[in-house]
Amino acid sequence: MDLKTIVDTLGLEPHCCADKLTGKVTGGYMGDLLSDVMANSAKGQLWVTRQVHQNIVAVAALKELSGIIIVQGAKPDQNTMEKAQKEGVPILGSTLPAFEVVGRIYRLLENA
Amino acid sequence: MHPQALVREARAKNLDVISICDHNSSENVEQVMRAAAGTGLIVLPGMEVTTREEVHVIALLEGLEQIRILQEQVYRNLPGQNDEDAFGVQAVVNAAGEVEGINDRFLIGATEIPLKDLVDLIHALGGLAIASHIDRQAFGIIGQLGFIPLDVRLDALEISYSLGLAKGRQIYPDLADYPFITSSDAHFIKDIGRAFTRMYLEAPTLHEIGLAFRKQQGRKVIEEI
Repeated sequence: MDLKTIVDTLGLEPHCCADKLTGKVTGGYMGDLLSDVMANSAKGQLWVTRQVHQNIVAVAALKELSGIIIVQGAKPDQNTMEKAQKEGVPILGSTLPAFEVVGRIYRLLENA
Repeated sequence: MHPQALVREARAKNLDVISICDHNSSENVEQVMRAAAGTGLIVLPGMEVTTREEVHVIALLEGLEQIRILQEQVYRNLPGQNDEDAFGVQAVVNAAGEVEGINDRFLIGATEIPLKDLVDLIHALGGLAIASHIDRQAFGIIGQLGFIPLDVRLDALEISYSLGLAKGRQIYPDLADYPFITSSDAHFIKDIGRAFTRMYLEAPTLHEIGLAFRKQQGRKVIEEI
């Protein structure tokens, strides 16, 4: 499924790289411990997290994740936005808690 | 802990310098410093702060004035209230070990202070910033953030007492340029001195510890057994 479809269906707010939402989402990963995400996420997954520190961009780029959704209305740091712009990592926002966001994405991907 | 019992145990374990680093709080520091006066034990004011990213950072500071400033900033940015049933009573004790007050704040929570801001603040106060127990996934900088961000200048990294410095060096060859320390992280009297760091210093002061971390003027951290 295209990232853009998920963004539009869930009404996610693009914090960065609104023009780069063409990537394919192959699945999802949820986590706030970056060491865990580095170890266990897979290419193409859409990452749901509460963590706003700039290291999330490096991790997403390293693992070739399709994008990052920051939940509960948390705003990414300025550094995070700048790095995301530079690396072309889409960062999206939701006001919903992680459980809700993940549930909706899961349903979308299953019914695709 | 009872300040006098704490000091007695530290002396019994042959420690020369200790720091009291409670979570997000320093209200018990002064009484321990008082209890240590005249015993030969040096007590440095400290605090273990939980950053917004849920990374634990130890702040070692020069004196009470500096720790008070840090305390103010931490309290101002620490939301929530303690639940005594779930997390226990947070007592503030006097020199005789009597409870003088209860700290109501959510001390085990995370502050809203980003890691870089905290480290900058500690340095602005003339202190040393040490990333706590980096080998632990929870609340360790590497566990929480995947790697040490390049814009954060930590003075040293702590390896947990259970792992020890030698193993720490084996596991983290990429961090060879950082000074490593280890400590008891004692939450109970009996655990005081279960681990400690030896350093070659001219005097037991914060300034000297800083020199040892930077390997300046012959001061150093002694890692070999």
